[in-house]
Amino acid sequence: MSYSDSSVYRIQHSFNDWVSDWGRAVVETVSSIGSFALFIFRTVSWLFTRLPKRETLLPNFYQVGVQSLPVIALTGTFIGMVLAVQSFAQFQQLGLESQMGAVITMTLVRELGPVLAAVMLAGRVGSAMAAELGTMRVTEQIDALSSMGSNPIHYLVVPRFLACLLMIPCLTIMADFMGVAGGHFFSVTVYEVDSHHYWSNARDFVGVFDIMSGIVKSVFFGAAIAMVSCFQGFHCAPGAEGVGQAATKSFVYSFILILIMDLLIGIAVEAIYMSIWPDGPRLF
Amino acid sequence: MVPPQAEYLDDDDDDFDENLVEVQDVSIEFGTQHVLRNISLSIPRGQTVVLIGESGCGKSVLMKAIIGLIRPTYGSVFFDKQDISQLTEKEISRERKRFGFVFQNAALFDSMTVGQNVAFPLKQHAKYSPAQIEELVISRLAEVGLPKSVVVKKPAELSGGMRKRVGLARALMLNPELVVYDEPTTGLDPIMSDVINELILRTRRAYPVTSIVVTHDMHTAKKVADRVVMVYPISRLEEDEPQILYDGPPEGLDECRDRRVRQFVNGEAGERLMEMHIEESGS
Repeated sequence: MSYSDSSVYRIQHSFNDWVSDWGRAVVETVSSIGSFALFIFRTVSWLFTRLPKRETLLPNFYQVGVQSLPVIALTGTFIGMVLAVQSFAQFQQLGLESQMGAVITMTLVRELGPVLAAVMLAGRVGSAMAAELGTMRVTEQIDALSSMGSNPIHYLVVPRFLACLLMIPCLTIMADFMGVAGGHFFSVTVYEVDSHHYWSNARDFVGVFDIMSGIVKSVFFGAAIAMVSCFQGFHCAPGAEGVGQAATKSFVYSFILILIMDLLIGIAVEAIYMSIWPDGPRLF
Repeated sequence: MVPPQAEYLDDDDDDFDENLVEVQDVSIEFGTQHVLRNISLSIPRGQTVVLIGESGCGKSVLMKAIIGLIRPTYGSVFFDKQDISQLTEKEISRERKRFGFVFQNAALFDSMTVGQNVAFPLKQHAKYSPAQIEELVISRLAEVGLPKSVVVKKPAELSGGMRKRVGLARALMLNPELVVYDEPTTGLDPIMSDVINELILRTRRAYPVTSIVVTHDMHTAKKVADRVVMVYPISRLEEDEPQILYDGPPEGLDECRDRRVRQFVNGEAGERLMEMHIEESGS
């Protein structure tokens, strides 16, 4: 084989490798998306056939809801105060300090409250779910469930899904409330903004629609966190490394999904809002 | 090689009714990896079959295919004349109440106490009062030689032997027709291994169960088996060789003419040593 022949052979060979690598990656991605869709379908179909027993549901509700409450309340408070710090200088230059109430409250109930609660839930509960289910997979506990005639999705996934779905609105309300309270506290006590005007501006510009849009959004986030985390746990690779990867992936994928959904739902909510109130209240 | 007791493999149609488990021409592949090739096996009711073979030969995969945890790539598995590879998930779940599975590492739910673990199948599938469940749990634990005091303990607080006995108690909770043991004595000291062997024998005497035991332990195989089936890794077989090298009574193992069976029974490395030398000299 001449030098030029061997070069052509090498180029052809590396091209074939490149095509096969891409092909494999595409097949694996499509297959993962298919498995994930099937996993969601199986979970949701249980909601219409048979719900888990109360003693299975309650511990999950407690873990997701009650135990997440302090950390979400704390972060909500600080985010409210940080918003006050960041916005005060800008509004002061325009002499509109009292409008801070509207901006902080609107930002919290529409965006930061739901996203913050969801991110905290993904970090605190989602990773723990993925690690727990991953460990159960690795130590054959999920196989043990199946071998005893129980359906692992019904027993393990449905309660976690319901807990995330139903508890995240409560956590979002808590994040909203503490954020608004924190923002008000900092604006009034540190920056000496007038409390009456702060609240009246907030009341004028933030309506029930804004609060509800944030809460509805959070339900989608909760469902995404539960599904992604449980899927990662169920499809965990063997060993300690596999469990670690499942926990990490569950948080990263949940976070990305939360941001994508936030954008899409935000666009949809804005469109609905504009169609209902084309001349709705504006700050300026 | 012709198996010494070919009659087990050659059950005619008249005997089919007597078979609780019927594996027909099963092949299992994971991606490009071929684990089982054309395996056929009939297990009559009441028999204790021990599956032996080296690590990675596919015996655990065969056992999981029998109870429907893994679907065969080709072929069928019949349990009580039902093709479980064709059943829906719901139907398999219902059938699995008739199986008891003792996992290699017991696979106890570590978030639950021993009592909750043993009571789990009852709570899921039967309607008993809490007092009745407690009574049944304590009596099952007593059958496997565990005191009442372990009920409140978590699996992490138990020794390996105790965990396996809890696993056995849990597997027997629904009075299964088929009990499957995955490496029941692996990781246990010789005395505890013998205790487990005795429990397998005692379970068989006390209940009309069919048992499948997957093990490397020849002491267990000889002690508990009515019949031994040896599976060999596909990678070490010729194209047309059957994957089951031996299917017969435990007494026939020592006289088996197949060198590979004798090597396994006597624990001899054989040509593996030569392979290691070649690899060493190659490196």
